[in-house]
Amino acid sequence: MSTLAIDKAGPTRKIKYGSISRDRAWALRWSYFFLVLFAIFSLVPPFYMLITSLKSSAEISAATNPWWVFHPTLSNYVELLTSNQFLRFFWNSTIVSVVVVIVTMLISIPAAFALARMKFWGSATLATGVFLTYLIPDSLLFIPLFKMLAVVQDLTGITLLNRWYVLLFVYPTLTVPFCTWIMIGYFASIPKELDEAAIIDGASWLQTLTRIFIPVALPGLIAATIFAFTVSWAQFLYPLVFTTSIDQLVLPVGITTTLIKGDVFNWGQIMTGALLGAAPPLIIYAFLMDYYIAGLTAGATKG
Amino acid sequence: MAEVSLRKVVKRYDDVEAVRGIDLDIADHEFVVLVGPSGCGKSTTLRMIAGLEDISDGDIMIGGDVVNDVPPKDRDIAMVFQNYALYPHMTVAENMSFGLRLKRYPKAEIKSRITEAARMLDITDLIDRKPKQLSGGQRQRVAMGRAIVRNPKVFLFDEPLSNLDAKLRVQMRIEIKKVHQKVRTTTVYVTHDQVEAMTLADRVVVMNKGRIEQIGTPNELYHNPATRFVAGFIGSPAMNFVPCRLEDANERLHIRLTDRLAFPLPGPRAARYQSVSRNEPLLLGIRPEHITEARPHPEPGVEPFQAMLDVTEPMGMETLVYFTLEATQICGRVSPNAGARDAAPLRMAIDLNNMHLLNETTGLVI
Repeated sequence: MSTLAIDKAGPTRKIKYGSISRDRAWALRWSYFFLVLFAIFSLVPPFYMLITSLKSSAEISAATNPWWVFHPTLSNYVELLTSNQFLRFFWNSTIVSVVVVIVTMLISIPAAFALARMKFWGSATLATGVFLTYLIPDSLLFIPLFKMLAVVQDLTGITLLNRWYVLLFVYPTLTVPFCTWIMIGYFASIPKELDEAAIIDGASWLQTLTRIFIPVALPGLIAATIFAFTVSWAQFLYPLVFTTSIDQLVLPVGITTTLIKGDVFNWGQIMTGALLGAAPPLIIYAFLMDYYIAGLTAGATKG
Repeated sequence: MAEVSLRKVVKRYDDVEAVRGIDLDIADHEFVVLVGPSGCGKSTTLRMIAGLEDISDGDIMIGGDVVNDVPPKDRDIAMVFQNYALYPHMTVAENMSFGLRLKRYPKAEIKSRITEAARMLDITDLIDRKPKQLSGGQRQRVAMGRAIVRNPKVFLFDEPLSNLDAKLRVQMRIEIKKVHQKVRTTTVYVTHDQVEAMTLADRVVVMNKGRIEQIGTPNELYHNPATRFVAGFIGSPAMNFVPCRLEDANERLHIRLTDRLAFPLPGPRAARYQSVSRNEPLLLGIRPEHITEARPHPEPGVEPFQAMLDVTEPMGMETLVYFTLEATQICGRVSPNAGARDAAPLRMAIDLNNMHLLNETTGLVI
């Protein structure tokens, strides 16, 4: 009797499956639309650079379709890669960026650890202060920095200005605050019990940092490293101000100073130089992108 | 292994006193459980023993030495945390050996200790896994293993089973007890679960509002609570408290619960309460198992009465019954065959030989 009733009360209306997946499909369509738009927007300039770098000077100035190469040539690449000057810029950039990354990490990691974990008087204010210094634009800072280094140079007699290694002192003013800030957030997301367990296990503060915090926060450290490298590699204003002699220049400044002579723009080589200069960060991003994103988001939601 | 002593230990956070002067002596090999509601200061006390919190006042001694200013790593203690606190980038073996490696123990010694602990905790197969590949119960075992291999003077447990589901908790409770029977290390264990406290402890320390309410064996606390807090906290379902007063009638001391309900007190009880003021507002404390269905030939001191049940909860081996006496809900435990039904009357009996009488204003058991 009752089973009969249940049978009769079975669904008569056709259930509409897939309304959720239809919504999802539309959401996806829109996402793809904007992603494609964004991809075009950001990929056109490098594409244009690539096209131009493959052209001879004659073709660049000729009134042909600027979006196509009719007589591709590698002469720009050959010229730059065999030019001692360009290789010097590249070398300067490399050594400055690598050393700055190392210096930044040596300062930021212990600083972030101290600010995140050792509760001392004023630590919270100091952490905020570190971030605030990052908010001051370098275009405001370069004159006082120049003055300071000039005074130091006068007092000590050590030549700093117009030497590539002056950048080793200048760049960390940009990289250290931000990297410290990222890592404070990352360290703060590590449960407190973890360092307490380490302390009870007999670890000192330094051992807790090196044996527990650094391995656990590795994605965050890699993100900070990439950031420090990118900032150092792409920095333009400071090297423009602090270095002037050709053999002391880093890549971004070197390209613009040597390849633009008066009002003559050597476009082919400028584009080639810029592309070659963009290659190292691009390669690093490609390999470490996942870490970079994980690190940035962890820093974003904490602290 | 060592005894642990606390002398007038105080912990102040700015103006708030989290722990208000605690005296406690824990003997060698003893398993002591600190139990109390959240915010009673039990975890703070444990963390002060560990050295993770400074003490504001008083002394803490481990093995006879005052350790007030000794850093945690030199106190020779091991701690198990609620969230396990395993090092996520290390394998189980590395987690367990971390402390020994820091102290530069020889490799062979480390290996034999890990093997031994892993065998004891039944985690030998997991030794090369990372913590994220383990279940909650397995992680808790590893956390205990990390404590065991250190062979410390004192084990400290900070609510180690709170993150586990009910079934696993019971199982791990037994594991912890077994481990303690084998290694015999002095243990201080913090929990808010009175069942855990009762089942694990040699002695239970009941804490409330930063003070120790009572220290005793599980049975002492259960049968002879000193205060209303302890009486109500220990035991499940909780003890009933009924407002009452004493009166003399027919040359016997009676306890009057309502205008219509009064019971004569059995001899020993009457003698004990003879000096209590007859006007004093009192509380009758009686556990649910001492309120049962009336039986044909009651022992002396077991008094029958009629109750109108509100709700019954069949538990299988027994049935919990709830009824009200002048706005006080009372819980009793009756046999499943007693015929208790929702919203039906039942002939009940109260065993006054096991009653407690409390001063309502001071909360102390008389």
